[in-house]
Amino acid sequence: MVDNAALPRATGAAINKTLITGVIGSDTHIVGNRILSIALENAGFKVIALGALTPAADFIKAAIETAADAILVSSLYGLGELDCRGFREQCIEAGLDDILLYVGGNLVVGKRSWEETERTFLGMGFNRAFPPGTRTDAVIDALNCDFATRSALVPST
Amino acid sequence: MSAALLIDFGSTYTKLRAVDVEARRVLATAQGPSTVTSDVTIGLDLALAALERKLGRLPKFTHRLASSSAAGGLRMVTIGLVKELTAEAARQAALGAGAKLVGAFAYRLTPSDLSAIEALAPDIILLAGGTDGGNAEVVRHNGARLSASTLQCAIIVACNRDVAEEVVAGLSAAGKNAILTRNVMPAFGVLEIDPARDAIREVFISRIVHAKGIDRAAAQVDAVLMPTPAAVMEGARLLSEGTARHAGLGDLLVVDIGGATTDVHSVAVGAPRRDGVVQYGLPEPFVKRTVEGDLGMRHNARAIVEAAGPSVFATRAGLTETELNAMLDAIEADVERLPSTQAEIALDEALAWTAVRIAVGRHAGTSEIVQTVQGPVTMQRGKDLSGVTTVIGTGGPLAHGATPSSVLKAALADPADPYSLRPLRPTLCIDADYLLYAGGLLAAIDPDAAFEIARTSLRPLEEREAHEPRSQIA
Repeated sequence: MVDNAALPRATGAAINKTLITGVIGSDTHIVGNRILSIALENAGFKVIALGALTPAADFIKAAIETAADAILVSSLYGLGELDCRGFREQCIEAGLDDILLYVGGNLVVGKRSWEETERTFLGMGFNRAFPPGTRTDAVIDALNCDFATRSALVPST
Repeated sequence: MSAALLIDFGSTYTKLRAVDVEARRVLATAQGPSTVTSDVTIGLDLALAALERKLGRLPKFTHRLASSSAAGGLRMVTIGLVKELTAEAARQAALGAGAKLVGAFAYRLTPSDLSAIEALAPDIILLAGGTDGGNAEVVRHNGARLSASTLQCAIIVACNRDVAEEVVAGLSAAGKNAILTRNVMPAFGVLEIDPARDAIREVFISRIVHAKGIDRAAAQVDAVLMPTPAAVMEGARLLSEGTARHAGLGDLLVVDIGGATTDVHSVAVGAPRRDGVVQYGLPEPFVKRTVEGDLGMRHNARAIVEAAGPSVFATRAGLTETELNAMLDAIEADVERLPSTQAEIALDEALAWTAVRIAVGRHAGTSEIVQTVQGPVTMQRGKDLSGVTTVIGTGGPLAHGATPSSVLKAALADPADPYSLRPLRPTLCIDADYLLYAGGLLAAIDPDAAFEIARTSLRPLEEREAHEPRSQIA
């Protein structure tokens, strides 16, 4: 039995936020993304799970229609850098200038350090990048923290 | 005897089907001209007189039901947010209600969009946008734009429920006839078009029938139930699903070739038929209708030729390009023209074949093989219609053409185009007596009788073409 009370929850500004999840590009690895989506849902977020093999444009279309607050992109097959190129720019183009963008997984292939990889993705406009092996709690904590910061900056009406 | 009169107020003809509901048979068929622009009852009286000549005397009709596609059909404009999401869901709802879609808009309406809508002068606007709890700002903006317009048509609001009432109130305050219904896409990727479709049909019965002058025939007609394309859809659904007493035909496809458009209806779930195929895009309606506005045998004959490529087309028709052009000019000069020479018959067959080929290709889903690091994956967009068991052809070129079988075969899967998910081995039939619409109307009263009568009108096509002259059916 999972003790739900012990799991991290959406708190404060993160309550009632809508998140888009999915695996970008020609990537069929769905298991981790599904676990993340379930954990986020259990934490009280509204989750729109697009699943595997999702083109970048579809994350953005779904975010527009559902007025999403964050997009969480997974990539497991090493081509994340290629697939995520221009993602923030596409969001800006679609009027989602300030949407929170996370990316995580096996983002690159080869011998790049995580620090270097993280720098690359933050440079591409993602707010956070998560290395392989990240626990779902860490993502929920990050969302709570980022939404709290944002609501402190922009008082909600 | 319990007799029913089933009327189609069309754009060219007023068509009648008199059926014996108890005996499950067609008593007679007749037609008169379409006179909706002057007085709908003139054409109806002429058609009834023709029916009386055939029957000796008219029976007392227990039911008199009508559909209409006259006076330009049910002209609709749809508005949504993202083109592939709520804007597409709104389009599907309008097409499913049997409307003639004259404009489809997405995102924020601009002043020029609004001028375009005013110029289109639709009968109904369907306003969607945002999933429930999703984007509210764009539909609010679009509602305000419509409020400030000169439009007087009904506006059906099927948007994000958070703001739907507010949008309706705004439109009503501006003197518009706004109707609230459920969101066409309540959650992301969930298509819920039936409430909007019902609302459209309601407005059609309560307002449009009057606005188009069809209610002048009120003394001779109990009810004008729906636009004719919706009646054809209902007929197709009835044949597919059957009734409590009759097993249906299962998954089926209807191809309706007309003078201005080619309609395709599919009644099938269309889910992937093989394991491991990934479905992509919006879910498809179980009863789906597409209308190809550029594929019509008369008003758009040249467009059909252009779509196929003139040289390929000329070869199929057995004509030189010069001959082809001269004949297309003749059709454009007289769209009522019926083929008389051998060459004209060949041209019409090639036009019909090409229209079916392209229209079914656009209606059916496609598969695509995507190479991934884990190996190839098949992705499916739209409906997989390869398992469809019955393909029904309706409309003049199929019902009266010399080679309906070869024309209808254009709907089938083609080894040269393996990624188009068309029917593989269906039975091909012709709706010989043009009874699908009548079945769709009668289904509202007596589904069993409607099923049996529509079923008997289906004529299976033999492998060999029947070349004897086909009886002309009004």
